[in-house]
Amino acid sequence: MGEFPLLLAILLAPVAAALVLSFIPKEEKLLIKCIAAAGTFTSMALAFYTYFSYDTSQGGVQFVQRIPWIEDLGVTFYLGVDGVSLPLMLLISILGFSAVFASWNVDNRPRDFFILLCLLITGVMGTFVTQDLFIFLLFYEVVVIPIYILIIIWGSTKRVTKEYAGMKLTIYLLIGSAFLLVGVIALFVKAKGIAGAPDMSFAGLAQAAKGLSEFDQIWMFAVMLFGFGSLISMWPFHSWSPDGYAGAPTAVSMIHAGVLKKIGGYGLIRIALYVLPVGAKFWAPVMAVLGVCGVVYAAMAALAQKDLKYIVGYSSVSHMGYVMLAVGSLSVIGLNGAIAYMFAHGIMAALFFSMIGFIYEKTHTRWIPDLGGLHRQVPKISVGFMLAALATLGLPGLISFIPEFTIFIAAFHQYGGLAVAAIAGVIVTALYALRAGAYALFGPPREEYDHLQDIRGPELVPLVVLGTVLIVGGLLPSLLFNVINCGTIPLMAEINAALQIGGKF
Amino acid sequence: MSVDLSLLNPEITLATLAIAVLILGLIIPKHARYGLSWLSILGVLGVLGLTLAGWENQGTLYEGLFIVDQYAIFFKVTFLVAAFLVALGSQRYVDRIGDQCEYYSMLLFATLGMLVMASAGDFITLYLGLELMTIAFIILVCFKRTDARSVEAGIKYILLAGMSSAVLLYGLSLVYGLSGSVLIPEVGRAVAQDLSPALLLGLVMLVAGLGFKISAVPFHMWAPDIYEGAPTPITAFLAAGSKAASFAVLLRIFVAALPGAWAYWTTLVAVLAAVTIIVGNLVAIPQTNIKRLLAYSSIAQAGYILVGLVTASEAGIKGVMFYAFLYVFATIGAFTVASYFYTATGSDEIKDYAGLSQRSPFMAAVMVICMLSMAGIPPLAGFVGKFYLFAAVVDDYLWLAFIGLIMSMVSVYYYLKVTLVMYRDDPADDTPIKLSSPVAVTLLITMVATLLIGIYPGPLSEVVNAAAHTFFLH
Repeated sequence: MGEFPLLLAILLAPVAAALVLSFIPKEEKLLIKCIAAAGTFTSMALAFYTYFSYDTSQGGVQFVQRIPWIEDLGVTFYLGVDGVSLPLMLLISILGFSAVFASWNVDNRPRDFFILLCLLITGVMGTFVTQDLFIFLLFYEVVVIPIYILIIIWGSTKRVTKEYAGMKLTIYLLIGSAFLLVGVIALFVKAKGIAGAPDMSFAGLAQAAKGLSEFDQIWMFAVMLFGFGSLISMWPFHSWSPDGYAGAPTAVSMIHAGVLKKIGGYGLIRIALYVLPVGAKFWAPVMAVLGVCGVVYAAMAALAQKDLKYIVGYSSVSHMGYVMLAVGSLSVIGLNGAIAYMFAHGIMAALFFSMIGFIYEKTHTRWIPDLGGLHRQVPKISVGFMLAALATLGLPGLISFIPEFTIFIAAFHQYGGLAVAAIAGVIVTALYALRAGAYALFGPPREEYDHLQDIRGPELVPLVVLGTVLIVGGLLPSLLFNVINCGTIPLMAEINAALQIGGKF
Repeated sequence: MSVDLSLLNPEITLATLAIAVLILGLIIPKHARYGLSWLSILGVLGVLGLTLAGWENQGTLYEGLFIVDQYAIFFKVTFLVAAFLVALGSQRYVDRIGDQCEYYSMLLFATLGMLVMASAGDFITLYLGLELMTIAFIILVCFKRTDARSVEAGIKYILLAGMSSAVLLYGLSLVYGLSGSVLIPEVGRAVAQDLSPALLLGLVMLVAGLGFKISAVPFHMWAPDIYEGAPTPITAFLAAGSKAASFAVLLRIFVAALPGAWAYWTTLVAVLAAVTIIVGNLVAIPQTNIKRLLAYSSIAQAGYILVGLVTASEAGIKGVMFYAFLYVFATIGAFTVASYFYTATGSDEIKDYAGLSQRSPFMAAVMVICMLSMAGIPPLAGFVGKFYLFAAVVDDYLWLAFIGLIMSMVSVYYYLKVTLVMYRDDPADDTPIKLSSPVAVTLLITMVATLLIGIYPGPLSEVVNAAAHTFFLH
């Protein structure tokens, strides 16, 4: 100890902001927003500092902090990050900060809004900074309730009502987590029997799980796959995703599509894959096939949409298909690609949603046929929109190209034909992304939008922050991959070692 | 033989207190009776202190009739906490419906009955405690004398409680006739030696009688009507205290008297638990009255606690105790909000809760936290409780874990419907609801306890571990 508890500070800064907010009179709207911004900014600054001071030559779990928590369940409040979790932690801190500014114009009960938003950010953050399964679960479900309340109060009713959207999203996630919980409890009990003492840390569980029978590993992995899969909107459990995003307010769409979904991918890698490698080996082809189905199906579905939020909603389902495919390849390259792609997608989806949010705020519509020619009236929004659209289709030079390419290498190496189908998905992606941009932003300007005010002042923050990361990450992919490598290489080494002990594969 | 009466300290004090409140109520003038509620509240607090002070003081009285082990003490603490919270939260409510002195003395007698049940070492003591509790509750349920629904609830409760007592007694007589003893361990020995069909029938009746008290399906029909009709604080006490007390004796019977008949039981209890969870949660969905909704949800909660009985291992007992304790806070918190809301607005309909988050953010927050704790959403206490319960059964009854956890997510659906009304809608009448300070304290305690046990369950789980361990020493 004695060292500054960095991770704890990153985790608690938004909570502190929420706490302060609850004592501020609700009329002080500007002050409320400033406090939320300050909390999330502190968190982001510290996260950047942590990211760049992570010692890549040493690797492993760093910035460790342990406090014994529940003795008879073997739970420790165990904070620590490695190459797998660090990028995602950084991602949520960036998105949290941007989301506050994307919601700068929320004037309906802003205090409640920002308190819930801060709690949501903390919940997501918590899942990435802990190395203990129980604490992971605590944070994992904390987010459900703030999201629900945020959607039903500040959401928007278009094709589906916001109540429907909120409930659908919540129930899907909870049913998924019910299955997950059964798997976790069974894993805990069996691991306790094998190791002789309860231990909930990822490493401890992975060690004990080597003694599990093949059948146990397989069924536990299956329930976890369902749980995490429905969170990452794995086809065919994805249908909550477009509806949910359409109903949610901008900040929630940003955080949900940007990072919350990634808890599913992260959980698959960190928990399911790492702890249950034999089960993973068994289900890997299934993950890959479902991933490709998701890529193709959701890309086609996005092509048919006319509501901007639905396009991005389906596109995020489609992109998570790539992540599933990468995880299914069970290789270092694949996992590298998966994590980097989750980071990249988080940034571009958030940028996309925030720009759509601004368009909607100003024009009161997201319906593409009603839009057009906006690039004249709101050039800055259009720049952000196009940046996000180009990143979505994987333009080289932007953040998503290298990760996507990495995934294709891994997938092609492992599955060949499937990879071809996935790569074909890129073409469809280009179609819908460019089409959305073309019809919404270009073409002859419309008179009714002449009075629109472009984003300015605080509204620019999401564009600047996310846009910068989008471009810098694209030009210097090593910033991302060096860190991720530190996490995935030892992870895969352990998985392969575990598989060899089994001797079956 | 010498009797260590210090073991009986809590019971003796509580009995004295209850009688004193009753007599004082007759002597002192009506306008001064308000002090009696404070006397009862502080008295319960004192008894709670006495009980906690006797944590290390274990023993058996009257040749096994009365057992004081840490298991019993833990449950006594649970009941006393429940009684304290209910007493504190209901002052204002009682003012509206009747006399302080009768209400509080009956509340104390019901609590006394629970304490006796927790320590019962034989069937007669058990029955004594059970009836003391039940009769006090009958009076309390129909305490709103001018309200037809309350009186109706009282009559229903008399009839059904009488019937269940009859079944229980008949079972007892069979058990006594065939085993020659009313001491629970003796019966256990008889069961282990020779399990005749008649003895089995007696045991089944015993369980049915207690199943009524915990409102397990299929003995649950009474609960919603009576919960709806009874004064709300009493509903809270009925749901939290009476249920916990019945679980305390049920566990004792199961573990001490039935190990010989184990093979017959486990699957039956597992099925009962599953059915209770499913029915309680599904029927709660269409409810429009907050008390009925909470009534059905408390049926489902009973199902969850039953899960711990399935294995009756140390882990299972620990789960039951842990869950019963946190369930007290969640239930009383939710019902106290409902009760205070009724005092302020005169309504129990969920639609009238619209905009509660603006009229009283604190009440709305307590309601949400308590309900989500029952649903088992982390970081609230219910999550850890369910974790313990299902960890005990997941090895042998995986399907039960699936059903239980999926249904608890289904329960989120109806809890969220209440949340939706409270948070989304604007109030029809936006005057803020001012909390009286005792009620505010009650709500604060329930909320803080629910959060604290959820976030940092370590200390409680250690206490429960120790208590569950003593249970197997007899």
